[in-house]
Amino acid sequence: MVIRPQSMNPVARWSGLAALLFVVLLVAGPLVALWLRASTPSILTSSDWAAVRFTLFQATLSASLSVVLAIPVARALARRSFHGRSILVTLLGAPFLLPVIVAIFGLLAIWGRSGFVSQILLSIGAERLNIYGLSGVLLAHVFFNLPLVTRLILQGWTRIPVEHFRLSAQLGMSPKDLFLRLELPMLRSILPGAFLLVFLLCVTSFAVALTLGGGPKATTVELAIYQALRFEFDLGKAAYLALIQFVICTIIAVWSLRIAVPVAFGGGLSGVVQRWDVSSKLLLWQDSAVLLAVAGFLGAPLIAVLGRGLPALSNLPASIWTAILNSLTVALFSAALSVLLALALAGFIDGLKSRRPKVSFVVEGVGLLTLAASPFVLGTGLFIIIHPIADPFALALPITALVNAAISLPLALRALLPALQHNRLAYGQLSDSLDMQGWSRFRLTTWPTIRKPLGFSTGLAAALSMGDLGVITLFAPPDVETLPLIMYRLMGAYRMDEAASVALILVALTLTLFWLFDRGGRLGHQT
Amino acid sequence: MKRSLLAAALVTFGGATWAETPTLTVYTYDSFVSDWGPGPAVEAAFEETCGCDLVFVGAGDGAALLARLKLEGARTKADVVLGLDTSLIANAKATEMFAPHNGIPAGLDLPIEWSDDVFLPYDWGYFAFVYDKTLLPNPPASFTALLDSDVSIIIQDPRSSTPGLGLLLWVKEVYGDDAAKAWETLSPRIITVTKGWSEAYGMFLENEADMVLSYTTSPAYHLIAEEDDTKAAAIFDEGHYMQIEVAAKVAGSKQEQLADAFFDFMMSDTFQSIIPTTNWMYPAILPSDGLPEGFIAESTPQKALLIAIDDVEAIREEALAEWLSALSQ
Repeated sequence: MVIRPQSMNPVARWSGLAALLFVVLLVAGPLVALWLRASTPSILTSSDWAAVRFTLFQATLSASLSVVLAIPVARALARRSFHGRSILVTLLGAPFLLPVIVAIFGLLAIWGRSGFVSQILLSIGAERLNIYGLSGVLLAHVFFNLPLVTRLILQGWTRIPVEHFRLSAQLGMSPKDLFLRLELPMLRSILPGAFLLVFLLCVTSFAVALTLGGGPKATTVELAIYQALRFEFDLGKAAYLALIQFVICTIIAVWSLRIAVPVAFGGGLSGVVQRWDVSSKLLLWQDSAVLLAVAGFLGAPLIAVLGRGLPALSNLPASIWTAILNSLTVALFSAALSVLLALALAGFIDGLKSRRPKVSFVVEGVGLLTLAASPFVLGTGLFIIIHPIADPFALALPITALVNAAISLPLALRALLPALQHNRLAYGQLSDSLDMQGWSRFRLTTWPTIRKPLGFSTGLAAALSMGDLGVITLFAPPDVETLPLIMYRLMGAYRMDEAASVALILVALTLTLFWLFDRGGRLGHQT
Repeated sequence: MKRSLLAAALVTFGGATWAETPTLTVYTYDSFVSDWGPGPAVEAAFEETCGCDLVFVGAGDGAALLARLKLEGARTKADVVLGLDTSLIANAKATEMFAPHNGIPAGLDLPIEWSDDVFLPYDWGYFAFVYDKTLLPNPPASFTALLDSDVSIIIQDPRSSTPGLGLLLWVKEVYGDDAAKAWETLSPRIITVTKGWSEAYGMFLENEADMVLSYTTSPAYHLIAEEDDTKAAAIFDEGHYMQIEVAAKVAGSKQEQLADAFFDFMMSDTFQSIIPTTNWMYPAILPSDGLPEGFIAESTPQKALLIAIDDVEAIREEALAEWLSALSQ
């Protein structure tokens, strides 16, 4: 009997198309709105092109560095079990979730001119550290993204069936052989997507790049867009710059998705991986050093942020409670929406993969592009569209949730899609031959493979939305405050200590939210 | 807060049936409406007498505020806009969205003559470099001294921040055609350039640099609110560039009378005495009780600098290009 791939489930097809349409409208609509409102066509100056070049340069470098450094970290985590491993895995979500300004101050507490490292250098008679410049930009972007890539690669490692490792041990494979036969193919399937994700995240970086980049040399396209929208009110130029950003990102997206080679390890009885190949003392020392270094690199700025916020914690105004409630509501709605969109889109892309691979690349690329969308352009465009038909104030929280969901969609997609593909390659034919469809197929094969990435991406989406300050500023009516909004208002009123306390609450809540979802997904499993 | 929430709800749902008390909507910048800004006290005081609801809408900073208004165009809900500054006035006037005020009140306490018929100043300040007296005992006493010194500074980007733009115009006013050279000399000692004032000031407080671009009134905050007398503003011989914050009525507003009443209130003793310790700027008309203690610094600028409103736009473009090329080397 020949088993043909069955035609796509209509639910998967229509929900996928609906999600796709939604994303396209959300990304293209604001651009068109800006274009239509623009009065005169704008010409880009040489400094705008310099911004384009710098953006590409720093994003490529940041993404490469994050990916290369994440490999040994994920590898060490994958083959070691130790006390505190679960905490470290949760901590890996943390830097990524910090609001930009909080992260900058955390990093400066360690690496700044008066930071921890500089104090040590001064005490031994050396010069203080000066990170401002390209090194500062890279430091911050690696701090943000290395943990994210580590988590993505770690998921790849856990998908290699435990039986494979057992077999390799029986065959007496060396760590090098094992790397070539098992780990390298897995990395080839994961890394291009991870690189792309970090690249896109770094493209829209603006405050980090400027502040740690040390000046106008570190101008990104996003800053030029911000300037065009706020100071010059040149809507056409903002739209033009946003379009250039899109085109560049699309090229990079298609290129990196095409070099990703999906890998078929086959199925296995997943379980705790006991590794026989890593018992040598040297490897143990090597892994320990890597893990300690990364825990220090990520943990120290985080501790600085928490410590800085403690003193003024009791001085906070009562309005903090409403802000906490608002932030949590937006975060939960946005996480739910983001994951639903991602599931719909991932199912659709995976369904297309075997039938129309080229179309599937395009859909996958589109699904990642919301990351390349400038939050300012998105916010302004939506404002132009909504203002004539409804009161933007009344829609502040729903719109914030919606836009945040769209922005975190690529992350969820990046986590879910490899899992779905793995599921299809490992169990697809078997399920087809058993004619297992619908709910039972979902429950028996799909759910066990996606629950971990699902928990992880729900946690990420919720947490990302907690720290957002892009869209809410345009739409927020008086007295609708979120935690980041309060934090900025406190800073603007000289109250840096109180702002640090709000940052502490924000970080603590965000991490808790992330931990709850992420842990929920990993319950009963070893990651 | 409850009251303004209700007011917001009324505005939101366009409640024609309840709208017995008129609402005056004032667009302003974020820090004005925050719990620590002048907003809450101003709102309470005005509502005691106006028989109206005063609703403040915070929209980022001064530049974002103007952009917001342009976005909304004729459909805007704003009756009054409060919080633009002198470098934005020409740009704002070009929109033709604002109506003339009823005349400049007598007794404005500004270091310069005010004659604009649309925008009315409600407070003002001088830009200045702020430092910590315990860490920098001998601050530069002039721009020239700053250029010759090895003092490190943090400034704001003129493309995204109003103080940053203020410094750009300040240097241009002092150095004219030599501004580019001045920036080149200063460049090595600029630790970094930030998106906004908050980041820069926060970094200064964490000792990332010796001085930060802020206002002459900044030390008063530390003295009055934190009883910390270590901060001071360096006074430069060449003079200091001013920031004058202004308000204007929106043309076509249905609440013109209320807006006029608000303008009278804005220049009154009540409003003006709220300003110093909430907005940390000099009041446009000195309140009868004078400035609060701690607000009068040991020394004040001897010379006020300000580029004529209509010249700002052209000078900004030229100065920005110079700044970009000097700091990108």
